[in-house]
Amino acid sequence: MENIILRAHDLKKHFHTKRGVVRAADGVSFTINEQETLGLVGESGSGKSTVAYTVMGIYPATSGELVFKSQDITGETKKRPKALKQDIQIVFQDPGSSLNPRRTIRQILELPLQVHNTVPKQHRAERIAKLLEMVELPVDFMYKSPPSIGGGERQMIAIARALATDPSFIILDEPTSALDVSVQAKIINKLMDLQKELNLTYMFITHDLSLMRNMASRVAIMYLGKICEIAPTAEFFKNPLHPYTQMLLSSIPVVSEQEEELKPKKVVSTGEIPSPVNVPPGCSFHLRCPRRMEVCSRIDPKIIAPKENHQVRCHLFPGAADG
Amino acid sequence: MKKRLLDIRNLEVGFTVYGGYLKVLNGVHFDMAEGEKVGLVGETGCGKTTTAKSVLKILPVPPAQTTGGTILFKGRDILTMSRNEIRDIHAREISMIFQDPTAALNPVFTIGDQLMTAIKYSNLHDGMSKREIRQKAVQSLKEVQLPDAERILENYPVQLSGGMRQRICIAMALATRSTLLVADEPTTSLDVTIQDQVLRLLGSLIQEKDTSTILITHSLGLVREWTERVYVMYAGVMVETADTAELFKNPLHPYTKGLMAAVPKLTGEGIAAGIEGRIPDYLHPPSGCRFHPRCPSVMDICKKEKPLYFDCGDNHKTACFLYRD
Repeated sequence: MENIILRAHDLKKHFHTKRGVVRAADGVSFTINEQETLGLVGESGSGKSTVAYTVMGIYPATSGELVFKSQDITGETKKRPKALKQDIQIVFQDPGSSLNPRRTIRQILELPLQVHNTVPKQHRAERIAKLLEMVELPVDFMYKSPPSIGGGERQMIAIARALATDPSFIILDEPTSALDVSVQAKIINKLMDLQKELNLTYMFITHDLSLMRNMASRVAIMYLGKICEIAPTAEFFKNPLHPYTQMLLSSIPVVSEQEEELKPKKVVSTGEIPSPVNVPPGCSFHLRCPRRMEVCSRIDPKIIAPKENHQVRCHLFPGAADG
Repeated sequence: MKKRLLDIRNLEVGFTVYGGYLKVLNGVHFDMAEGEKVGLVGETGCGKTTTAKSVLKILPVPPAQTTGGTILFKGRDILTMSRNEIRDIHAREISMIFQDPTAALNPVFTIGDQLMTAIKYSNLHDGMSKREIRQKAVQSLKEVQLPDAERILENYPVQLSGGMRQRICIAMALATRSTLLVADEPTTSLDVTIQDQVLRLLGSLIQEKDTSTILITHSLGLVREWTERVYVMYAGVMVETADTAELFKNPLHPYTKGLMAAVPKLTGEGIAAGIEGRIPDYLHPPSGCRFHPRCPSVMDICKKEKPLYFDCGDNHKTACFLYRD
């Protein structure tokens, strides 16, 4: 059995707003093994970033449990020990806003080294050069500032910054969705190389399922703050069980006939993701579901495992209404 | 043979900016017949939107400047038309759907105000009464499958979701029964299931009304599913054009090939390396073929001369010296 690096159990994050309680993450459970990539997919508003930020400690969890390397990290986020912050890093979606435009690349990469004091002062320049080399950027990039370099290069800097503290776990929050495909390819390949080289574990968030197919080792799909289905990547794409997964998969535009054959038969997508303030009763997907039954609007299904390693939260599979 | 609707020849457009002159469109050729669905695909900053806005003549002048070429729409040159003529073209001939529906709709007017204005001016000579215009507005909202059309007319854009707003933009573009629809990344800001819905709707409406369409996108997948013919654009030049099926079966230009390889596939065979380098700086564009600094099969001639279109049979043309003969 592989070593579990992160375990989330019944993780909840609720936001109190004027219009009501937003259940951004509502009972999310998953585990991530060492050196694997867990993909988290979902439409906007499904809560995938909330889960990531809660793991990261940006938001304190409302309830539930988060265990990282057998250490409980659920509690007050401001009190997280530095060593833990060093071990969990994040790469944000838009490098245009996650890098300070008034700092040089050198200053940006030096900050984590200063804060965690992992590298003595006289060796920092060397370390920064090494970091740039890791992401295949020339050393003289040190003296540039973010606005003067391209989007792909900026994202490489954001990755280098995440690597600066020698983390073992990195959250990638849509790292390429602001970039063009020709640039995306390079970044994704680099990320995969780095993972092998440095034994990293990734939590990879995206809404691009084709990208997920090539990047993740396991995929979890989220809808309105809950995980609908979770399975190893190959199984997930070959044999999607949840109607929502099928709807998503059949909506992707693809570029070849071979891919077309892999898509589930056309499931016509209907409706939009409802506001998380007004989550429908029962299964939150039932309003859009092509296969809804009477039970779906009454009872929220439990997550069950019809097959080994393949979990789904849907009444189509026996046992989902129990308990 | 079908009548030619739009014919762009050798279009050159640039922008005067602080620090110099950006020559963005470097001799764009584009043509389409009536009723055709054409895709225009390329990456950020390649000039797709500049081309589209040139066709509608809505680029701000200055900084924009057209330094050469012609845009013939139904045989008349858009570039030499007067303001009034352009307004008529906007009202009745060409409509555009923009990438961001939030920015395309005016936040301080109701949907009804905006939609009815569009309809009113599209039918200048029909002399419709206010009630008829309103009925037409309701009908066009129903066509894009928006429930409760009467209520939506009274709503402001912020009260609606992104998918609904884009549907309103589509309703507005199609209500006027234009001859040509330019859809500039109509679904980029939407989720994949919503994208699918919006496009299916758009597709069936265009079919029904037999509207000629230009779909501008960076997604090769969308182009493959929604168009009949494709133009691939790179750094202000159309580098390749072919019928959609042919292009996906047999891409010729090194840029098209690189782009196709870089798209992540559902088959999960990994992702190709992508294309080295990045889109050129328009202040100092590369000499000769603008793709040559990134091209894996670059030759000497590419650095010196700008390639013309070489005919590769089957309606397939590409601007690359590899196909000279």
